[in-house]
Amino acid sequence: MFRHVATGKTRNKLLGGAATFLLGAIAVANSAQATEELNALVWCDHTDPALIEPFEKKYDVKVNLKEYEGTGAGLSIIEQSRPGDWDVFVIDGVDVHRAVEMDLLAEIPADALPTSDIFPEVVMAENNVVDGKIYAVTEKFGYNTISFDKTKVDPKDMEDMSVIWSDKYAGRIAVYDYYLPVIGLVGLGLGIDTADLGADDMDAIKEKLFAMKKVSKQVGEVVSSQTALATGEVDILVGGGEWITAVLSEDKPDLDWVIPKQGGLRWAQSIGVMKESAKPDLALKFVQYILSPEGQARLATSSCYWGMPANAKAGDNLTAAQKAALRWDDQPGYLKNSQLYPIPDADLDAQMQDAWVEMLQQ
Amino acid sequence: MASVTLETRENRRAWGFVTPALLWTVAFFVIPFLVMAAISLATRKGRDIVMTFNLDNYITFFEKAHLLKGLFVSLEITFTVTIISVILAYPLAWIIAERVPQKWQRMALIMAILPFWTSYVVRSYSWLLVLAKNGVINNALLHIGLIAEPLELASTRTATVIGFVHFFVMLLTLTIYANLVQMPPNYRRAAADLGANGFQVFWHVILPLTLPGIMVGAFLTFVLCIGDYITPQILGGNNELALPQVIMLQLGRRADFPMAATLSIILMVVVTLAYIACARWLKMERT
Repeated sequence: MFRHVATGKTRNKLLGGAATFLLGAIAVANSAQATEELNALVWCDHTDPALIEPFEKKYDVKVNLKEYEGTGAGLSIIEQSRPGDWDVFVIDGVDVHRAVEMDLLAEIPADALPTSDIFPEVVMAENNVVDGKIYAVTEKFGYNTISFDKTKVDPKDMEDMSVIWSDKYAGRIAVYDYYLPVIGLVGLGLGIDTADLGADDMDAIKEKLFAMKKVSKQVGEVVSSQTALATGEVDILVGGGEWITAVLSEDKPDLDWVIPKQGGLRWAQSIGVMKESAKPDLALKFVQYILSPEGQARLATSSCYWGMPANAKAGDNLTAAQKAALRWDDQPGYLKNSQLYPIPDADLDAQMQDAWVEMLQQ
Repeated sequence: MASVTLETRENRRAWGFVTPALLWTVAFFVIPFLVMAAISLATRKGRDIVMTFNLDNYITFFEKAHLLKGLFVSLEITFTVTIISVILAYPLAWIIAERVPQKWQRMALIMAILPFWTSYVVRSYSWLLVLAKNGVINNALLHIGLIAEPLELASTRTATVIGFVHFFVMLLTLTIYANLVQMPPNYRRAAADLGANGFQVFWHVILPLTLPGIMVGAFLTFVLCIGDYITPQILGGNNELALPQVIMLQLGRRADFPMAATLSIILMVVVTLAYIACARWLKMERT
């Protein structure tokens, strides 16, 4: 009997304790729960908590991030979503027009952007502005060129683009699996500017692509390319650049990159607000945060990959070592010796992709 | 009359049990399949998808060598993996069923399927590290002086096959083991009494009786292997593309849903043909 009473008291205590804990947990959860949510379709560099958390805290918002690789994949996700599902879209600079044609992006007021702080060479109105309206803004840029391990190859050899299809480093080359920049690089190696690259050039480009495949060890996406270079599986990465090596600068100081004499490709990623967003103001605040000097410094040194911030004022928020890894002081020369990605029309794009798959199947 | 009513009631009851599964299959297999078949007849024009309802994508598949090669690469890898897995799994299942004491058999099976407990992706990446130029295998071979230069193992078809075989040996071991333990020992004793030696007993009695287990395991291996994207993507180094990788390229890069649907239908046809062959063979074995 005594035992029963005691057990009952214990049970009551336990239940009471559990109820208190539950209420407390709910209260804590409520206090921790953000009042609003923002959905952003982004590249992997935006998923770094060090970049996102300050914005979430400042605006008491939860940013839901969906990472994608390649514009085709991003547009597929949007096509499979309901209008209004996404608020912010990070997209390859050369594909902004494509998104505008699909009526995906909202106009951004010019006075809401720090355009005067952005490096003039990467404002790229030809990408981000359509019919005089701003639909996106460049947030980060860098180069697709040649990365290498300077202790295993002759750095002088890397200054000539033809090294990527020569036999000298056969079996020691990895190729970044993105057809646009690599085809652009091959074009540069053949003396064809990216802006002039057309269907007539595809036979010559295919020939060199196949030659490059023959001497390469692998064709891989970001992580496997980076891993292959970092682990010594390969010594050269075609299509690499600071975005591959800078993030490893502390651990792997032997990794380097160069823009060959024929030039390199400049990549640029843009950010915009989705037209169907139910929270356009909050989405714009997110864009503004990303473009602020603090946001830019965090984005530039994101744990996924590094790249030059578009906002020149971000330099004040970067350390000397970070700036050195990004080659901050060399940018004028690099910008001069680099070209934008090819911007193929639909037919040429299909030809390029066919050539790429043909190369993979060699 | 009463028996008819009872039969009707039984039928209704049976339908009651079957209907949820049927609805599930219709909703999540038949309808999506029909949608996919319809999309495969559409065409990608520029950056738009036009519902043209023609066979252009199927014709393109057979015309473009790099697409067709995807199917051949998949078939070659799948047949290689299936054959090697059967050859390795059979002795393993035999040892567990016949040589390991009964009280340890459960433990032996758990050990055999232990790698199932790790993530598929993690397992594939682990193989990449093992097979890498400075990985475990190359380091060991270099250390004992068997090779002077590291072998090119990672990012090759060999790596893909190794990754697959590691996984499917476990699967086949289970199906063959299940067959072996169900076989009455009297069959073997009878064959031995009739003068058959060990090899003859195996060849004429045990092997034919375990063939259904081998076939079921081999079919599962075939289906899972030919449709797999992860292993060739991680271990193959994109040095050749299997059909699922070609499908993913259509989706991820080109947003070409009609061509992706076409390739998926072709993959399904191949799997269906394999199933029909397997089912016919098993039926013939029973008759």
